Amino acid sequence: MIEIDSITKVYGDETAVDAVSMTVQTGTITVIVGTSGSGKTTLLRMINRLEEPTSGEVRIKGQSTLAVKPHILRRRIGYAIQGHGLFPHHTVARNIGAVPELLNWSRDKTEARVDELLDLFSMEPAQFRDRYPGELSGGQQQRVGVARALASRPDLLLMDEPFGALDPIIRTRAQEDLRRIQRQLGSTIMLVTHDMEEAIRLGDRVAVMDAGKLVQHGTPAEIITQPATDFVADMVGDVERPLRLLSLIPLSDLVEDGTADGAPLSPADSLRDALSACLWTGRSAVPVVEDGAPLGRVTLDAIRARARAHT
Amino acid sequence: MFCLLGLAALLAPFMTLAANRIVAGEGITVWQLADTASVLPGVLAVMAGLALGVPAGVTRLRLGGSILGLAGLLWLLQQGTPALLEGAGDYARVSPALGFWCLLVVLLLLMADALAAMAPGPLTRGALLAGIMGALLVVLSSDGLAELSVLKEYAARRDAFGRELVRHLGLAFGSLGAAAVIGFPLGMLCHRRAELRSAVLPVLSFLQTIPSLAMFGLMIPVLGWVGNTVPGARSIGIAGIGFAPAFMALVLYSLLPVVGNTVAGLGATPPAALEAARGMGMTPRQRLLRVELPLGLPIILTGLRIVLVQNIGLAVIAGLIGGGGFGTFVFQGLNQTATDLILLGALPTVVLAITAAIVMDILVELTRRTPEVSR
Amino acid sequence: MILRPLLIALLLALVLRPEWFTPVFAPLAPEGGPVIYQRASLLSLSLSHLGLVAAASLAATVVAVTLAILVTRPAGAAFRPLSRTITNMGQTFPPVAVLALAVPALGFGAGPTLVALFLYGLLPIFENATTALSTLPPATMEAARGIGLSRWQRLVRVELPLALPVTLTGIRLSVVIALGTATIGSTVAARTLGEVIIAGLLTNNTAYVLQGGLIVGLFAVLIYDALVQIERRLAARIGA
Repeated sequence: MIEIDSITKVYGDETAVDAVSMTVQTGTITVIVGTSGSGKTTLLRMINRLEEPTSGEVRIKGQSTLAVKPHILRRRIGYAIQGHGLFPHHTVARNIGAVPELLNWSRDKTEARVDELLDLFSMEPAQFRDRYPGELSGGQQQRVGVARALASRPDLLLMDEPFGALDPIIRTRAQEDLRRIQRQLGSTIMLVTHDMEEAIRLGDRVAVMDAGKLVQHGTPAEIITQPATDFVADMVGDVERPLRLLSLIPLSDLVEDGTADGAPLSPADSLRDALSACLWTGRSAVPVVEDGAPLGRVTLDAIRARARAHT
Repeated sequence: MFCLLGLAALLAPFMTLAANRIVAGEGITVWQLADTASVLPGVLAVMAGLALGVPAGVTRLRLGGSILGLAGLLWLLQQGTPALLEGAGDYARVSPALGFWCLLVVLLLLMADALAAMAPGPLTRGALLAGIMGALLVVLSSDGLAELSVLKEYAARRDAFGRELVRHLGLAFGSLGAAAVIGFPLGMLCHRRAELRSAVLPVLSFLQTIPSLAMFGLMIPVLGWVGNTVPGARSIGIAGIGFAPAFMALVLYSLLPVVGNTVAGLGATPPAALEAARGMGMTPRQRLLRVELPLGLPIILTGLRIVLVQNIGLAVIAGLIGGGGFGTFVFQGLNQTATDLILLGALPTVVLAITAAIVMDILVELTRRTPEVSR
Repeated sequence: MILRPLLIALLLALVLRPEWFTPVFAPLAPEGGPVIYQRASLLSLSLSHLGLVAAASLAATVVAVTLAILVTRPAGAAFRPLSRTITNMGQTFPPVAVLALAVPALGFGAGPTLVALFLYGLLPIFENATTALSTLPPATMEAARGIGLSRWQRLVRVELPLALPVTLTGIRLSVVIALGTATIGSTVAARTLGEVIIAGLLTNNTAYVLQGGLIVGLFAVLIYDALVQIERRLAARIGA
């Protein structure tokens, strides 16, 4: 558990982060979202003390981050940034093994961990281990950057716009990858983005920052359905709000008895998928099938009713 | 183009024969060197070599041509020297003339061009350089050329040559070392502090613009004063004339490339990589040693290359203020209008400078073996 | 910069009224020896020095820029690698060695100095002009073709003006080297300010050395500075 306790950062007479408090549960992804200048990056950088807080403190597993030297603290916290920040003169293996090297892991242990991570990120170790960052594609560089941040099994992984440099098509894949790996490893992640879409897709919890203040902290559904301020509502975007909400609700919520024609969907697909399938093929309902066994159907009317309930 | 230039050079006087080492000699064309039978193979080799240099596409052929041509030149020198000296008097001197030098330059350029097109790796280049230097040594120490005027000058000054060589290298490398010892820490400080950087770099580039003779001259009163006023300074060789002012001047010239390139090298790390290094918990020292220095090394070494080549050249001027080095021969030669003595000083300097440049280029390339980051 | 007018004033005084400085240099001159160089007027030496440098640099600029234009045309592209080899090799040649080697070929006097200054001056100008002409923004070049400029018009109206600042940097390097090398030219009997320094070295007269050194140094620094100013203006105007 990470506790952020009324942390504040003042530059001259400007307050970048204003008494922010929140708690992050172990094994979850918390996405901090805000416009540029909202203080979201400063907040993140105060957690591994790349910025020293003016007041307040952060506790990781109950221990204050102020109790250890900054560089020792940072070795326990993974850090991945926009544009990956890989060392161009080191191989992929040496980049991933950078923190273990700082922690004086044995060579064998580091090598095993590097291969394990490359496997996890679907990069064949024998093929990629000895390449240099300059020889990788943008998506591969980004994955190596995240793998490097995870190498020492940190208590917490901080990510500052990690997908910012990727083009939109790869970005979705990278987000899915991160989600999968986070579930698999049970990592605790705090991620900063300006993209509400990304926040809603990735976050177990979403924290919205505006002008240095934490304006709302809740589940994606709460953020969409009950925006605390006009600013949050703006960030979510009025027009697309119902659609965003629909993309959060699985078909299993609305499945009813009955049959429908056409290609079936799975109960884990979202209402948004079902809506687009209906509209695209001109059907009024789609069949829902799990592992080949029919569960029933979801009707267009039911989806519309659900969307209307929240507007 | 090479071929035409080379053929034209064949018509120019190939060697000169002079009654003694001071007077100007008379030019002698290739076919007057000796009897036709002994000259012909050389001329043919040179012409064939030049002809092989014509086809642009086939680099190996051009390389072979340049080597064949150089061999032809060597043959002509070896045939011509004894033939010309025969019965010309005890003090007679034979030297290569315009035609020889032009052909030499043309053929060497042909070789350099062919080698550049083949783009050999750094290690191959090192081996090539060693091979060429070895061949040069063998050729120069061969009996056939010993009667050439330059080598006669060398034979007469064998000891002095060795001494000035050591002196010259001492000036060039010593000032490089001193500049590195001062320049690296200064460069690192300038890298960390922008205000220091904007104060130091203009001063250093100001120093760089001062003409070398003026700089050497200005060091004389400064070091003379130090030698006279600071106790003990004179006993460690600090005086207004000789080695010390030359050394000082060279160090001052070297500071800009060393400091400037250290700053540029350390600044070459991508900001994101530096941020990541900080974020993963590297101490400032670890960041410097593991990230900034390795990434900046090629640029820093490039600075040292500039300094070394520049100082080998500038050290010649030390000869004017009694600082020793090959400049001693050059300026003695200029005073006595003894061409061969000038060559004895100037040619080794040129060879040294080019060798240093090639060796440093190889080093820079070896440190730059990581592929460029695609961004 | 308050320093600039001061330095100019100092330089003018040193050249035109050297006798003003007698008290300053007197302690450095040998006992009873002359303090101020009087074998030739410092003004005429300065003019001869600057004249040599100007003539050599002008000729080098014309030739180097012409060559650079030629090798950056499609027809001259074949000579690019060769010209690069020559430039790289040539710049490792020490300027002093070029000067010394010119003597056997051309004899003593202003001739070899002029040739050495010219030859050595070619390289930086050629290198910079070639780089500048071959790295022009492609969009601008495309636009120049698009509005219907002929090859000649493109060269004169677009390429050369855009390449000017970088070329000027080459000219500046070349002029600074020429100023220094010309000083050494007086060892081969060219009339330059080096004469004063060398006379000082030969007679152990530090006053001469300092006088000559100061004047040459000031010329070099001020000319360098002036060329930097011109480059800045030009660069600012084309927004580089």
